Amino acid sequence: MSVLLFSLAVFGTSILAGFLGAMTGLGGGVVIIPVLCLLFKVDIHYALGASLVSVIATSSGAAAAYVREGFSNIRIGMFLEVATTLGALLGAYLTAKVTGNWIGVIFGLVLLYSAWASLQKLQDVAQSATPDPLALRLNLKGSYPENGTEHEYIASHVPAAFGIMFGAGTLSGLLGIGSGAVKVLAMDYAMKLPFKVSTTTSNFMIGVTAAASAGIYLSRGYILPSLAMPVMLGVLVGSLVGVRVLARTEVKTIRIGFAAVIVALGAEMIFNGVTGRL
Amino acid sequence: MAGEKEHGLEMAMGRMLQIGVTIAALVVLVGGAMYLAQNGGSLREYEHFHAATPATTTISGIVASAKHLEPRGIMGFGILLLIATPVCRVIFGVVGFAILRDRLYTAISLIVLGVLLFSFIAKR
Repeated sequence: MSVLLFSLAVFGTSILAGFLGAMTGLGGGVVIIPVLCLLFKVDIHYALGASLVSVIATSSGAAAAYVREGFSNIRIGMFLEVATTLGALLGAYLTAKVTGNWIGVIFGLVLLYSAWASLQKLQDVAQSATPDPLALRLNLKGSYPENGTEHEYIASHVPAAFGIMFGAGTLSGLLGIGSGAVKVLAMDYAMKLPFKVSTTTSNFMIGVTAAASAGIYLSRGYILPSLAMPVMLGVLVGSLVGVRVLARTEVKTIRIGFAAVIVALGAEMIFNGVTGRL
Repeated sequence: MAGEKEHGLEMAMGRMLQIGVTIAALVVLVGGAMYLAQNGGSLREYEHFHAATPATTTISGIVASAKHLEPRGIMGFGILLLIATPVCRVIFGVVGFAILRDRLYTAISLIVLGVLLFSFIAKR
């Protein structure tokens, strides 16, 4: 295969990954990394680097649309970014300390969890009767418009959410993905934020989290421009189309199909990691 | 209303991200087209991790390579612009919260900015 053909094949696959990633809210990275490793036989470190670049692109590209709707909360986002960026530094540092096979196994486990999480119905958790005093002090509250009225909310369990976000950042730095599925744990279940607020705020944060690992990835040489180029452009195109289509379609069947693909990829990553083939 | 000013800050951040990612993608696209036209690469370079040169791993190296109109350098420069986009968003936060006279969040934004800058000066 020539470099031209290879780049076109990677570009096409990345469009599909970005499209499915946007439709399911998991991001393009979870699909493109295993496909690059298993199908295109790319070294896992280059796959992580290319995916990380595409994560920054999709997060930034989608942010403008989300911000306009008025759901994202920049204070909560900025506060939790302290945790995710510190976690990302740790994760990016760890990529040099653990072998590619270990990264593959951890990646597979995160894929299996993400598949499960993507099938859960997004539901608002009831707000606590007594607000977290820390949330009051840090001003972690807001309101969002729905059916013509403003709904107010305030964050609960702030320390727990901060800890989980540190973990999400570590996974993002270690695996070159956005780890949106873990963020839902912190913002929906711990902070009990309305899901529209948590989804859009999480997307807002992903780019900054990934930028924290990007400096380390770059200096280690994980970001190969010739590979990152088709992956970044493809995922960006795919996700922009995906977000448009998402607004007009019933996605349940797509979600189930995508979850099945992710389970298969996750199982194969674990198998390849355990048998030392990555 | 403070709420309106805050929404203004959010909108400015969103617009900035959109512009940044568009410029970065265009630069990567131009570099990519040049790279594929020259067809100089080998598929082998993807398969095994190898020690990289400063021309692709340091900001100064990438900028120098882009100045010489090397396709890899131009793609790398586009990727640098992309990485700089969320960093600019945090700088917007620092300035925006300062204008809103929110000291706590100006400080929190500065911490995030500090972590980001540290990741670029930290050696591995």
